[in-house]
Amino acid sequence: MRHRKDANLLFEKSLLIPALTESFRKLRPSSLAKNPVIFITALVSLLATILFLRDGLTGGGHLLFSGQIIVWLWFTVLFANFAEALAEGRGKAQAASLRQTKTQAIAKRLLDKHDLASVEQVPATALAPGDFVIVVAGDLIPGDGEVVEGVATVDESAITGESAPVIRESGGDRSAVTGGTRVLSDQIKVRITAAQGAGFIDRMIALVEGASRQKTPNEIALNILLAGMSLIFVFATATIPSFAHYAAAGNQAGEISVIVLVALFVTLIPTTIGALLSAIGIAGMNRLVRFNVLAVSGRAVEAAGDINTLLLDKTGTITLGNRQAAEFLPVPGVTEQALADAAQLASLSDETPEGRSIVVLAKEKYGIRGRDLSGLQARFVPFTAQTRMSGVDLGEEGAANAQRIRKGAVESIVDAVIRNSGARAIPAELKIIAERVSRSGGTPLAVAQNGRVLGIVHLKDIVKGGIRERFAELRRMGIKTVMITGDNALTAAAIAAEAGVDDFLAQATPEDKLALIRKEQTGGRLVAMCGDGTNDAPALAQADVGVAMQTGTVAAKEAGNMVDLDSDPTKLIEIVGIGKQLLMTRGALTTFSIANDVAKYFAIVPALFTGLYPQLNALNIMKLGSAESAILSAIIFNALIIIALIPLALRGVRYRPMAAATMLSRNLLIYGLGGLIVPFIGIKLIDLLLGATGLVY
Amino acid sequence: MTLNGWIQIALFFALVTALTRPLGGYLQRVLNGEKIFLSRLLGPLERGFYRLAGVDDGAEQHWTRYAVSVLSFSLAGYLTLYGLQLLQGALPLNPQYLPGLSADLSFNTAISFVTNTNWQSYGGETTMSYLTQMLGLTVHNFLSAATGIALAIALIRGFTRRNAQTLGNFWVDLTRATLYVLLPLSVFLALFFVWQGVPQNLNGYTEATTLEGAKQVIAQGPVASQVAIKMLGTNGGGFFNANAAHPYENPSAITDFVQLILIFLISAALTNTFGRMAKNELQGWALYSAMSVLFLAGVAVAYWAESQGNPAFIGMEIDQQASAMQAGGNMEGKEVRFGIAHSALFATATTDASCGAVNAMHDSFTALGGAVPLVNIMLGEVVFGGVGSGLYGMLLFALISLFIAGLMVGRTPEYLGKKIEAREIKMTMLAILCMPLALLGFLAVASVSPLALKSLANNGPHGFTEMLYAYTSAVGNNGSAFAGLSANTPFWNLTLGVAMLVGRFAVIVPMLAIAGSLAAKKYTPPSNGTFPTDSGLFVALLVAIVVIVGGLTYFPALALGPVAEHLAQRAGNLF
Repeated sequence: MRHRKDANLLFEKSLLIPALTESFRKLRPSSLAKNPVIFITALVSLLATILFLRDGLTGGGHLLFSGQIIVWLWFTVLFANFAEALAEGRGKAQAASLRQTKTQAIAKRLLDKHDLASVEQVPATALAPGDFVIVVAGDLIPGDGEVVEGVATVDESAITGESAPVIRESGGDRSAVTGGTRVLSDQIKVRITAAQGAGFIDRMIALVEGASRQKTPNEIALNILLAGMSLIFVFATATIPSFAHYAAAGNQAGEISVIVLVALFVTLIPTTIGALLSAIGIAGMNRLVRFNVLAVSGRAVEAAGDINTLLLDKTGTITLGNRQAAEFLPVPGVTEQALADAAQLASLSDETPEGRSIVVLAKEKYGIRGRDLSGLQARFVPFTAQTRMSGVDLGEEGAANAQRIRKGAVESIVDAVIRNSGARAIPAELKIIAERVSRSGGTPLAVAQNGRVLGIVHLKDIVKGGIRERFAELRRMGIKTVMITGDNALTAAAIAAEAGVDDFLAQATPEDKLALIRKEQTGGRLVAMCGDGTNDAPALAQADVGVAMQTGTVAAKEAGNMVDLDSDPTKLIEIVGIGKQLLMTRGALTTFSIANDVAKYFAIVPALFTGLYPQLNALNIMKLGSAESAILSAIIFNALIIIALIPLALRGVRYRPMAAATMLSRNLLIYGLGGLIVPFIGIKLIDLLLGATGLVY
Repeated sequence: MTLNGWIQIALFFALVTALTRPLGGYLQRVLNGEKIFLSRLLGPLERGFYRLAGVDDGAEQHWTRYAVSVLSFSLAGYLTLYGLQLLQGALPLNPQYLPGLSADLSFNTAISFVTNTNWQSYGGETTMSYLTQMLGLTVHNFLSAATGIALAIALIRGFTRRNAQTLGNFWVDLTRATLYVLLPLSVFLALFFVWQGVPQNLNGYTEATTLEGAKQVIAQGPVASQVAIKMLGTNGGGFFNANAAHPYENPSAITDFVQLILIFLISAALTNTFGRMAKNELQGWALYSAMSVLFLAGVAVAYWAESQGNPAFIGMEIDQQASAMQAGGNMEGKEVRFGIAHSALFATATTDASCGAVNAMHDSFTALGGAVPLVNIMLGEVVFGGVGSGLYGMLLFALISLFIAGLMVGRTPEYLGKKIEAREIKMTMLAILCMPLALLGFLAVASVSPLALKSLANNGPHGFTEMLYAYTSAVGNNGSAFAGLSANTPFWNLTLGVAMLVGRFAVIVPMLAIAGSLAAKKYTPPSNGTFPTDSGLFVALLVAIVVIVGGLTYFPALALGPVAEHLAQRAGNLF
């Protein structure tokens, strides 16, 4: 898998400085309001600051201590902004490389779409959907569109990163072109399909920058949970002064300052996950982009984690694109060597992948090397749709040593042989061998020499290495794989068994695909699929996650909710992983955040109440230096942990395919138990440091 | 602690467990509207009720309609009970000529019985006429419990129905729960209690001359019939002021044991009903296990703390060990006929379930032993909990647990194949939030209000715990009192009344909204990627979430109450 390398470094200097300035810019109320937990934190920090200023003016309170608390309160807000800014900055870095392609192109617009000569030169920005333009070799394509005439090679490296040029032609499944890519040869007429600023690259830039990011359903639900928990802590802390007043019974000793209460409140509310929530979302999107997949929304990424059923095309995803010769099966009376020899001769000039694989097999198995065809006076007979055979003629025509070798579909060869030599020339075993090959998932290819059938070459679909293990992984994750193929049921079943998919759809038409998706969805399952053709569009639109190939048609790309720039169908598996990782990171940090509260209570509650009931110092199990040091340590830990967890938020928690229960117990152990223990250690360490520096008493 | 004590606790738990499955199945059949052995006898009566009330028993209700039915039914119950108490002086069946109640006490008590709380700011035998006890309080013991069962079933239907718009018919659920479950069992139990010596008559109080020649008034009345449903329906409002510690309300160790079983009986069985309706009884047992873990932990701490005796006596060379000659431990406020084990068990069970009956005075427990009932209620009355309310409360916590668990396994969270989305989380948080809001809010007001503080019998952390307990009990719809607080004042009657309303209806409405939204969802079949909710891991997670949510919310209040008191007692300071 090829990654865009620019975003791999987490804390690159070029990203840090803009992120720092952006953290301050994000203090705008309108920007803070998007995140309830951080918004509340900023509000109470403001309140504490105002009280601090009042104390400063009136000379009351302990200014050094409350000053430090206020500094760390604002750091908490700034760190949250920083996490978001950093995630956005990494997206912007990716976007910058995309934006370079959006140089001001000049379009050759057709005044009359039927008249190629009626060209006017306009800036690309002036184009509207429905305009027709001519693009010749060397030109940048001015906007997203569809080739309506001509064929050209196009350099799409700007968006795919792939340097090899691709063919774009009118009609069929390769008609879509993207604005900002360059035509290398020939000339095409393009109908513009996207408005300026709404094109493919524009959308991509907006998405990776996080500008058009909308909260995903799970993120909204989590935000509600976090806001609810914050409210609980509002009740828990706001009622403390009145409880303390009762306990003090008129005594001044136990009075609790508002600034300290604010500190307690901010440490208790889930600031850790609140601060990192949007960074996690943006980073998830960026991870997809690094895999060269573009999602139209975060919702689609989230849905990918929920996928129950994966529809995979056989060719190119499960099997290698081409069939390969696997064995030579002679009829009785013919040696394997003779069959291999004839088949190799017939294939030497055959440039199809199947033909080449026969030559390779003959060499590997029988040591038959390439021969000088001209010395043999060979004449290659190419494959035609009429004969459905190809082959070679050797020696002078009509001479005694002349040979005619043919290979092709079994029925075609049988027909030809019967025509020449009568039905008796067909050995009975031929049919048996051919059927056996079919049943094993292969394609039988008959070989005949001078009107005599020699045997069968077994052409096999080669299942990709390691794919079986990946399907097993998916099964462990609870995802069912369905193979889609145009093959007959017999062949499909054999390949399905070999590849280890759970189910298959044979002789599949686009309607069959759509019906299958609908059936799975009525059963409550979420379906992911990929496709590239226009006839895939309905299924792509129906699927919960539809990944269109970049090489595909405009219709396919519009219908799906993701586009794979590498046009690699196996990527569906990675996409599912990224979706799951996104949710897991949120869950893990939420758990961590909540578990942290236990230690914070044990730090702050004794500090608050020992003035009232000295015996409550027994709760100070961390043996923190003083009440002030305890409160300060807790708030400092609370702020620093945000910074410490930014890399985890951006990278995502480690994800391995395994059953849900195993995964949960593992994550609970790391983030639940870890979240319980880590703050005890962290707060104690900060307390020791504070004591050593003498910043508190 | 004695072996005998542990055996009694184990025997209690074993019996509850054994009864869960059969009663769970019976409840399912009743509430599914199936024919049962009582249908022949009571069927005509049931249909007669529907005809009389104009209820179409085939018409199902949308969740909003269901909620309106519950609310209007409760309002009607409140108004009639309120009037009955005000006017009891002018009504029959009042041999002691007890006057009508004050408006604030009537308000408090009417809410208390309609919400299944049964907080009592009054002493029963000196306040309520037999008519009020029978027609008012006992009737509501039935109806509030049946309402709880109906609500629990509505939520279960939400989980188990697919693409459905309705949750059942409240009037039918209410009628069937009363007629086929609560009434027959109560009739049987009342007869049992009469056999054991509980009075059941309409006579005036007996005046007796004691050995010293003093006059003593012995209160009596229709006790057995009220006690049966009081325990079965987790109501807990005593006929007498001393509640289940009174020898006429709970005469023997056997009645005590039976009453203990009744506290958990229906709530435990409903977990099984849940499992059956979800077509996987293990789902029910998972909830049952989570509840059991919390129950056993509570009873162990309470029994241990009470057996240790008073920490202040340590160093005074006072023998607090159990032996053949003495119970040992802390016997203050406990009945000798029940002893420490039964008292600790009763205190734990009555607060786990939102029953609130007491056979010992929680105020006299040690600081830690008394903290157990307090914490039990704070957890949200979900450890078996009130009939129905315990199950739906626990299911709300399950939603929160599964939301976090679902995220951690990388899937949109789901429970029983229903996706948990923003709406469910919003409603769950609403339901969970109302308890700390009312509890801590009122407690904050009371802590600084001289009007409230003059009702306290103690000062310092113990006095604080008395107030904390009162509001916790009200919001949790438990109804048990810590004692030490004279609650029959307008301030306490009003604030506790509002707290009870919040604790009941601010949970019910969001809960029904969740049920409605779940019922309308489609079902996602489980796969390997789904976190199994019938596993030990789920039980552990659920327990952890219940404890953490409760713990984090009330830690400061607990620190200033029982924790401070316990630590002070060890240092020799008393309050």
